Amino acid sequence: MSELKLPSIDYAALAPILIMLGAALLGVLVEAFVPRRLRNAVQLGLALVAVLAAVTMVILKSESRVITAGGALAVDGPTLFLQGTVLVLAAMALLLVGERTVERGGAFVAHAAVTAESPEDRRQAEGVGGATEVYPLMTFAIGGMLIFVAANDLLTMFISLEVFSLPLYLLCALARRRRLLSQEAAMKYFLLGAYASAFFLFGVALIYGFTSGIPGRGAGVDFATVHAAVGESSSSQVLLFAGMALLAIGLLFKAAAAPFHVWTPDVYQGAPTPVTGFMAACTKVAAFGALLRVFHVAFAGASWDFTPVIGVLAVLTMLVGAVLAVTQTDIKRLLAYSSIANAGYLLVGVLAPSKEGLSGTMFYLAAYGFSVLAAFAVVTLVRDADGEATHLSRWAGLGRRSPFFAAIFTFILLAFAGIPLTSGFTSKFAVFGPALEANQAWLVIAGVLTSMVLAFPYLRVVVMMWLSEPGEATPTVTVPGALTSAALVIGVLATLVLGVVPGPLLDLTTGAAEFVR
Amino acid sequence: MEQTVEFATADGLLGSVWLLVAIPLVSAAVLLLLGKRADRWGHWLGVAAIGAAFVLGLTYFFQLRGLENKQVQTSLWQFITVGDLKVDFGLLFDPLAAVFVLLITGVGFLIHLYAVEYMAHDEGRRRFFGYFNLFVAAMLLLVLGNNYVMLYFGWEGVGLASYLLISFWYGRPSAATAGKKAFLMNRVGDAGLAIGIFVLFAQLGTTQYDEVFNGVGSMTSTTVLVLGLLLLLGAAGKSGQFPLQAWLPDAMEGPTPVSALIHAATMVTAGVYLIARSNPIFSANETLQLVVVSVGALTLLLGCIIGAAKDDIKRVLAWSTVSQIGYMFLGVGLGGGAYALAIIHLLAHGFFKANMFLGAGSVMHGMKDQVDIRRFGGLSKYMKITWLTFMMGWLAIIGIPPLSGYFSKEPIIASAFEREGWTAWLFGGAALLGAGLTAFYMTRLFVLTFHGPKRWTEDIEHPHESPKLMTIPLILLAAGSVVAGGLMTLNDGVVSWLTPVLGEEAGGEAHGVLSHTVITILSILITVLGAGLAWFLFRTGTATEPQPAGVVVTAARRNLYTDAFNEAVFEKPGIFLTRALVFLDNRGVDGLVNGLAAAVGGGSGRLRRLQTGFVRSYATSILTGALLVVAAFLAVQAGWLA
Repeated sequence: MSELKLPSIDYAALAPILIMLGAALLGVLVEAFVPRRLRNAVQLGLALVAVLAAVTMVILKSESRVITAGGALAVDGPTLFLQGTVLVLAAMALLLVGERTVERGGAFVAHAAVTAESPEDRRQAEGVGGATEVYPLMTFAIGGMLIFVAANDLLTMFISLEVFSLPLYLLCALARRRRLLSQEAAMKYFLLGAYASAFFLFGVALIYGFTSGIPGRGAGVDFATVHAAVGESSSSQVLLFAGMALLAIGLLFKAAAAPFHVWTPDVYQGAPTPVTGFMAACTKVAAFGALLRVFHVAFAGASWDFTPVIGVLAVLTMLVGAVLAVTQTDIKRLLAYSSIANAGYLLVGVLAPSKEGLSGTMFYLAAYGFSVLAAFAVVTLVRDADGEATHLSRWAGLGRRSPFFAAIFTFILLAFAGIPLTSGFTSKFAVFGPALEANQAWLVIAGVLTSMVLAFPYLRVVVMMWLSEPGEATPTVTVPGALTSAALVIGVLATLVLGVVPGPLLDLTTGAAEFVR
Repeated sequence: MEQTVEFATADGLLGSVWLLVAIPLVSAAVLLLLGKRADRWGHWLGVAAIGAAFVLGLTYFFQLRGLENKQVQTSLWQFITVGDLKVDFGLLFDPLAAVFVLLITGVGFLIHLYAVEYMAHDEGRRRFFGYFNLFVAAMLLLVLGNNYVMLYFGWEGVGLASYLLISFWYGRPSAATAGKKAFLMNRVGDAGLAIGIFVLFAQLGTTQYDEVFNGVGSMTSTTVLVLGLLLLLGAAGKSGQFPLQAWLPDAMEGPTPVSALIHAATMVTAGVYLIARSNPIFSANETLQLVVVSVGALTLLLGCIIGAAKDDIKRVLAWSTVSQIGYMFLGVGLGGGAYALAIIHLLAHGFFKANMFLGAGSVMHGMKDQVDIRRFGGLSKYMKITWLTFMMGWLAIIGIPPLSGYFSKEPIIASAFEREGWTAWLFGGAALLGAGLTAFYMTRLFVLTFHGPKRWTEDIEHPHESPKLMTIPLILLAAGSVVAGGLMTLNDGVVSWLTPVLGEEAGGEAHGVLSHTVITILSILITVLGAGLAWFLFRTGTATEPQPAGVVVTAARRNLYTDAFNEAVFEKPGIFLTRALVFLDNRGVDGLVNGLAAAVGGGSGRLRRLQTGFVRSYATSILTGALLVVAAFLAVQAGWLA
């Protein structure tokens, strides 16, 4: 038996991941040992401190460019930028999760095991403090995402995919109101997520088969091996391309690209709104981070042969998202379809195989994350006695009832619509430009046309809020607590600043846009 | 194109040209954010902001006159850097921008002043002025940007503000529908402009005006054609030109000052600005110029014919705007010296059309918001100032010398006749015919409103003249309608002022198919003929109810069936696509599989079982997608796609 060699591990570079996972474990202990009345504050504090510490480590180690842990993890420019983005957005999401003044007891159910709609359930709906398990679940998910964007082999990638997905399935089921809808969403997400994971795993197996077919080389699924195999392969490429397709399907599912988007509207609608915001922002960052790394590092040698196929999917995604957004009547579903369309725009950036494309895509991810979290933050505030009022007809005349929040929401919708001087315009510009340079004009044309279509549902909401009389059914906006306010301010400011002076962040993404191999 | 375009750096006073955009913008922000607290003084802040911008614009104008190189630009900050593309947040102040700034702030100021009184009884007056200032800021950004991306910023901004202002009276369903229509048709145009900008970027790697214009020569003529057509699509959308003209008349649902400022004097001329600004691109391709000229000629006739059949005072004026902008497109399409003529007509039109719109508002103010000209008549005795000022606008638009329309329109007709061969007869003839038709429908409007017997509704006893705050702007604009054309063409003033931007007139006297004198006589003759005919027909008023009409009039009343065209071309496919996608998303894949299963299994029990779970159908659609993706990847691998 050969001697087992321990790989060298660069703990400092991995510190953000370790901090988040450590905080998650601590969070479990807090659940066990801290008195119930203190738990919420302690858990929220712990999670936020952990995120801040992790962000600090990302900033301190922003110069590291290493592959560590036996080739399983790569800490390079894109990793660090995306980790930082996930962490900042997650901090905003945590603020929304921690909000307890908008709704008594918070957005989460106290005891998830109580049968929905039963008398006990109605009692617990009346302001019993929500489950504090959501914090460790959130921190686990964040930790998983941090690994996901750093994963440098397909198995690590798969495991981290599960690490961040499983807590998300649970989080989706924990809404305080409309529990059946929430549980249904979680069930759907779980089943389909497991299904998509199977595709991914099968893809990994095929890729392994491909690498093992090359004589004189070790088989493996780390990106260095895959890359080398792709580069010189003389063996059958059927396995390679079938494997790539299956991997892409698994990742595109998480990214909510058509035709793998079907779960998105139901899950976004059913999940507790802070969790929806978290998924729309952070899951998107993680999924696209992984896609970028797979395409740019592992399969770069396949010379982007698959660009037309993914391009078709991108156009389909934009089209489905934009056109179906037009007929939506629920604000959360509307935002879900908008998120699908945005996945299409992001794919355009992914398909520009250049430093600028990479940089633009990362910029887009950050900018979109801020806006979408702010949008869902407003959704949590528009409510009546039965919880959030998400049907669009209920938003009619909101501008007269609560001009301030209607104005904020209008601004965010304008950003989604890509109106200049918001981050929506600059980020679209940042992905469409490189795509043109890469001769993908058809993608850009599709992007411009669908974003024109997409502007219509957004503007419809704007008109509804401002230009209709408030009816009996128009809810008022709850005055947000400090936590939601903070999240809102961050989101709106980022949307504005990235729209007017995007330069510094673009410089940052450009500086970070290089993978280590 | 041989000479290179070179912009100097703005320094000294001109370095602060950004203030022009900033002042109305800040004022808009204050008005919209302060809410009810600003209700008492908000409208005066709005007026003051535009007044200040006008004074500032004048200062810059005189500053520019003293400069050697009359094109100065300033970069405020670097906006976007993506790869090789650098977009500055930069402004360009040159003769073309300067005249637009003066038009926007000058006419804008008068209209703001008028609106203080016009909107006095509207509870949303402060909000209205907020949007109004926002519009002016966006419009100024549009004409002041030094690259196409800045232009696009302003372009979107004015679209948004106009959308808000059209729908301002949200209580009226027609207003909301009109807002929607304006928005949709503008999006079609905006998409053209956006793609055009991306084409520029792809071909030249820049969107700065100077670099683009110097690089036109390096593009193939097909590229220039495509680029120009895309820009033209954008211009047609904003300026209400064929085939995107339908939104403009509907936009009249908004308050009258909005119609005057946005849908007559400024925003709708943005298309003309775009083409004039891009003159090196348009001059580089003759087919492109021919398309622009055709669009202009077609639209100018379309507008006249439909305008002659309408009974709503604002809609007649709106179709007349469509038609007059057709003249401007004709001008910019003709190229060479006609660019400047189009700009002169644009400026003159800004005065007399704003004048007539505000006059119409004044009539409506006195007639309890009646807009039907069949229910007016004899108002000249009751509203003396409105009558006289409107008369100046009327005489100006139909081109009676020496009012301004004569000096601005007649040269365009003359240059249309200077084209070569049969196209001279075609386009010159269209322009000449348009002049006659314009005289006809404008005279009809004027006579039916102010002369002839009273045909008022019963609830009106004694219409009153509007208050001073409304009549003073009318008088000033009327003065502009009388003298502006003459002043601008005196010693070729504006033409030589615009030379640095639009180039020299192609040397010497051009020889048209008809001599200049003949054209002048012809156009005055046909104008008098049209006006005389209308006066004769309508001097005794008209029936107050719709009359049965022949084919031509019916067609004209129905906007020459252009709405039906739009519905078939834009609306139907959109609706179909949406329905198809909704169907596919919800039921399609399910139905497909169910159908298969039923066919295979033949049992209805299985069919029912298959329909119960949505997750299953989602999974099926994922599986279908997955199969297709894998198949496609393998096809790529086998070399079938690539």
